[in-house]
Amino acid sequence: MFGRIKSALVSQERIVLVTAVILFCVFSLFLKGFLSAANLLTLVRSVSVLGVLGVAMAIVVIGRGVDLAIVATYAMSAAWTLRLATQGVAIGPALLLGLALAVAVGLINGLLIAFAEIPALFATLGMAAFVYGFVRFALVPLVVVYMPANAASISWIGGGFVAGVPTPILLFALVAFLGHAFLAFTKAGRFIYAMGDNFAAARNSGAPVRGLIVLQYALSAAIAYVAGIITATAVSSVNTNVVNSSLIYDVILVVVLGGIGLSGGRGGIRNVLVGTLLIGILLNGMTIMNIQYTLQNVIRSLILLSAIVLDSLVNPRDEQTEQQGDI
Amino acid sequence: MTIGEWATGLRYRYVPDHVVGEVLGRKWVDNVVPITLLAAVVIYLTATIPNFISLGNLSDISRQIGEFGLIVIGMTVVMIAGGIDLSVGSNFALANVTALALLNVARWPVAASVVATLGVGALAGLVNGLLIGFLKLRAFLTTLVILTLVRAIVEFLLQIYSVRIASSDVEAPAWDFLGAGSVLGAPVSVIALAAVALAAQVALTRLRIGWRIMAVGGSRRAAYNAGIPVPATVCLTYVVSGVLTSLAGVLYAARLSGAGPDTGLGLELNVVTAALLGGNSVGGGRGSVGKALMGAVIVSLLTNGLVRLGLESGASSMVVGLVLLFAIGIDVRWSKWRHRLRAKVYVSPAYLKLPPAPKFIAGASSPYAINDRLRDVEIIGMKEVDGPEDVILDEDGHLYCGVRHGEIVRFLAPDHVRREVYAHVGGRPLGMAFDRAGALVVCIAGMGLYRVDRDRKAQKLTAETNRSPLSIIDDSRMRLADDLDIAPDGKIYFSEATVRYGFEEWVVDALEGRGNGRIICYDPATSSTRTVLRNLLFANGVCVAHDNKSVLFAETWGCRVSRYWLEGPKAGRVEPVISDLPGYPDNINRGSGGAYWVALAGTRTPSYDLAMTMPGFRRRMARRVAADEWLFPNVNIGCVVHFDESGEILETLWDAEGENHPAITSMREHRGYLYLGGVTNNRIGRLKLADADPNWTGPRSYWGATP
Repeated sequence: MFGRIKSALVSQERIVLVTAVILFCVFSLFLKGFLSAANLLTLVRSVSVLGVLGVAMAIVVIGRGVDLAIVATYAMSAAWTLRLATQGVAIGPALLLGLALAVAVGLINGLLIAFAEIPALFATLGMAAFVYGFVRFALVPLVVVYMPANAASISWIGGGFVAGVPTPILLFALVAFLGHAFLAFTKAGRFIYAMGDNFAAARNSGAPVRGLIVLQYALSAAIAYVAGIITATAVSSVNTNVVNSSLIYDVILVVVLGGIGLSGGRGGIRNVLVGTLLIGILLNGMTIMNIQYTLQNVIRSLILLSAIVLDSLVNPRDEQTEQQGDI
Repeated sequence: MTIGEWATGLRYRYVPDHVVGEVLGRKWVDNVVPITLLAAVVIYLTATIPNFISLGNLSDISRQIGEFGLIVIGMTVVMIAGGIDLSVGSNFALANVTALALLNVARWPVAASVVATLGVGALAGLVNGLLIGFLKLRAFLTTLVILTLVRAIVEFLLQIYSVRIASSDVEAPAWDFLGAGSVLGAPVSVIALAAVALAAQVALTRLRIGWRIMAVGGSRRAAYNAGIPVPATVCLTYVVSGVLTSLAGVLYAARLSGAGPDTGLGLELNVVTAALLGGNSVGGGRGSVGKALMGAVIVSLLTNGLVRLGLESGASSMVVGLVLLFAIGIDVRWSKWRHRLRAKVYVSPAYLKLPPAPKFIAGASSPYAINDRLRDVEIIGMKEVDGPEDVILDEDGHLYCGVRHGEIVRFLAPDHVRREVYAHVGGRPLGMAFDRAGALVVCIAGMGLYRVDRDRKAQKLTAETNRSPLSIIDDSRMRLADDLDIAPDGKIYFSEATVRYGFEEWVVDALEGRGNGRIICYDPATSSTRTVLRNLLFANGVCVAHDNKSVLFAETWGCRVSRYWLEGPKAGRVEPVISDLPGYPDNINRGSGGAYWVALAGTRTPSYDLAMTMPGFRRRMARRVAADEWLFPNVNIGCVVHFDESGEILETLWDAEGENHPAITSMREHRGYLYLGGVTNNRIGRLKLADADPNWTGPRSYWGATP
C-alpha cells in the first residue's frame, strides 16, 4: 500500500525536491538562458510573494485549518492602503490602517472558527467573499488602485535591491525565517503543531486552543498584508480582481506540494520553500518555452491535483477513523 | 383547595408546555428559519423595489431560479451524502460552451448536443466522484482544484471556439423552445426543475439508493459497516451533481446563446449558500429537496434584488459572503443545540392532585395495613429469569413469563423446575393472555401487540393505531404496549402506558403526571386497531370483567382502577372502581370466586404526592438536575390487593421486608396458588392461598372447560 510510504526516504518533500532538482537540471540543459543569474533572480523574485503567502497558509494548515480568505486579505488591505494614501493620508498611518484591516479580518476568521465553531473552509470562504465585497463596496470603489506619488517613500519594499538581490526575495527570506522561528521555537508554535496533530488531545492537555486558532488566523492575515504591500510596491498598483483569480489555489499548491499534510501537524517552513521553488522553476520554464497562459493553468491544476492525490496516499484516510462531517 | 392550587391546576391543564419539546423533535422544525427568511426577503424586496412582483420580472427570475435550483438540488444530494461540490461553477461554464460549440460550430442536432453535454457533465462529476469516493480525497479541496482545472479548460476552449460560436447562429425551434418557451405559462427551466425535484424527492425518500445516500451522510462508518458500498454511493452523488449542473448549463446556453469568460464565475459560492440556507447540513445526513428549493429561491431573489437595487459590484459578493456565514453559523449552532434544547424542555410536568392516601402502616385499621404474608413464598426460577413482568399459566399448569432478553420462558408443570425458552420475540415482553385457540398474545414494549401460536411462531398483530388529529409526535406508533386482555368476541383490549416515552424511560413519565396513556382495541375479525380511551395516567393493567360486560383498567400514576363499559346502559362510559389505592397499580387479573387481583408496584409517599401538585418544581428539577438525581416514585415495596366486583378490598398481601418481591407487577391465580412476577425481580413467587377454589384456572375462566 502507498500508506506505507511514510519513511523519510520517500517523503513527499523529498519527492518534490528531487523533481525540482531534475526539472532544474533539464531546464538548465535544454532551455536557453534558464541558468543565467538574471533569470534565476527573476525566477525566485516572481514566486517570492507566493512564498510569503505560502508561509502564512502553512502556519494555518499546520494547525489543521485552512485560510481561503488569504488572497482577499492580501489584495484588499493593500488596496485600501494605497487608496488611503491617494486620499491624502500620510503613508505611515495608511500602512497601519491597512494592517489593522488585515488583522481584523484574521481575527474575525479566528473567532468564527474557534468560538462559533464554523468549519474553517466555510468560514474563510465566506469571509473571502465578504471582505472583497465589503472593501469594494465601502472602501475602494476601483478595480485597480495605483500607487500615488506621496507613497514613493515605500517603493523600495517591492522594488529595491540590496547588494544586487531584489528586496522581495530578501523579505521572503526574512518572513520564512521568522515563520520558522515562530513555529519551531515559541510555545505558541509548538502548541499549533500539537493542535494540528491531535486537536482533542491538545485541548484536553490544556493548550489554549481557541486563542491559538485566533492567533494563527491573525498571523496569517498579517503576513498576507506584508505580501500585499510587496506586490503593491513592486508593480506600483493593486488589482483587486486577483481575488477572483486562481492565486489562492497556487498558495495551497505551494503548501501541499511542499509536503505539509492538509490534516495538520506535519511539515514546516522548509516545505514551503521546496514547494515554492518547484512552482517557480515550472512557471519560469513554461514561460521560456512559450506555453500559452491558459495551458499553463491546466498544467498547474493537474499538478495540484496530483499533489493532493499524493497527499492522500501518503496520509491516507479510512472509513473507520474518519471524522464525520470532515470535508 | 386554595385559589393558588386552583390556578396552578388551570394553568397546567390548558397551557400545552409539552408541545415545545415535541415540536423540537420533529424534522420539519428545521425549516422554520429558511421559511421566515424567505418571507422576510420577499416582503423587503417587494416593499423597496417597484414592480418587483411584476409579471415580466417574475418570468425572468423564474428562468434563473429554474437553472439555479437544478444546481442546488445536485449540491444538496452531494451534501446529504456528506460531501460538497465546488466545481459546479466551472462545470456550468463547461456545459455552456460545450453545448454551444456542438450546436453552433459542429452543427450537431439539438438532441445529440444536449445528450452529449449531459455526458460531459457526468464525466466531470465522475472525475470528482472517483477522486473523492474511491481515492478518499477531501471533497472541499478536490472539487476546488477541479473547479480551477475545468475553468482552465473552459478558457482554453473559449480561445478556440468563442468567435465561431458568436459568429454563427443556429435555426432550431427546439433549441429556442428550451431557452424561451413555456408550458402552460411556466418556463421550460421551471418545468425541468419541478420534474427533477420530484424525481430527486422520490429517489431520496422512497428508493434504496436514496436511503443509501442518507445513510452514508448520516454515519459513514455505520453505513460502511452495514455493507453499503460507500465509495460507489459517494461517487454517484457527484455524477448526479455533474449531470444536473450541465442540464442547467444547457438551459442557460439556450437562453442567452453566449459564451464568455465570466459564465458561472463565483456560482459555486451562491449554490453552497443556497443549499446551506435552506437547512441542509454540512457533513451530511440532514437535508431534502424542499430545503434545496427554498434556499435556491431565497438566494436567487436576494442576488436579483441587489442587482435591481442598483448597488455597486461589491455589494452582491458582500451579501452572499455574509449570508453564507450566517447560514453555516445557524446550521452549526442549530444541529448542536437542538437536541440539547429538546432534552431540556421535553419533560413537561403537569398538575396532579391525588386523593388522600389510605393509611397502610402495620396495625392500621384500613384493609391495606402492611403484613408479611408474602415473606414465605416458594421461589421458582431463582436467578434464572430476568424481570418477569407478567406471569401466566396454561390449562396444563405450565408457567410462562416474559424476560428482559426478549424471550418468553416456560417452566414446565408440575414442579416448575425445568425451564425452556418458549419463543424468542425480541423487544421487551410485558403483559400476556391466552386466546381461545390457546395462543399466547403478548404486549411487547417498543414493538406492539404480538401473538405466539401453539407452534411457537410469533406474529405481529398490530403496532399502529389511528393517529389523533392534533398530536405533534406521531402517536400512531406504539411505544409502550403494556398489558392486555381478550373479550369473548376475540377483541383484544390493551393498554399503552405512555405515548411520549419508551420502556426505559417509564419513570420520566411518572415525573410528568400528565395523562399520556391510552387503551387500544384490536379486532382480529377486521384486523383493525383503534384507540378507545386517551389521556390516562400511565394506563397499565387491563382485565375483562367476569361477566364480560366491562373492562377494568389500572392507571399507575393515578393510583386508581376504573371500569370501561363495553355494553349495557353505560356502554362507552368510564366509572371508578377503586380511586384511592395506597400505591401504584400494575397488572390486574381475574381470581377465583368472582374476585380480582391487582399488583401494586410501589407505594405512594407524601413527598411524591406533594411534588405532583407542584409542576414548576418538577420542571426545574428536570432541567437543572442530572437525571439520576431526580425524584423517583417508591417502588421498593410492593403488594397484591384482592378485590371484588364492586371494588371492595378483600385482603392485601405484603412483602414487608421486600426480600423476595421488592416490586410486584403481576400475579396469577391457578388451582389454589398465586404466582407473583416483578419487572425488576430475578425470581417468580408461588403462594398457597388458603380459601381459594383449588380447581380454578385462568384459561377455563375465560374460555370454558374445553381448551
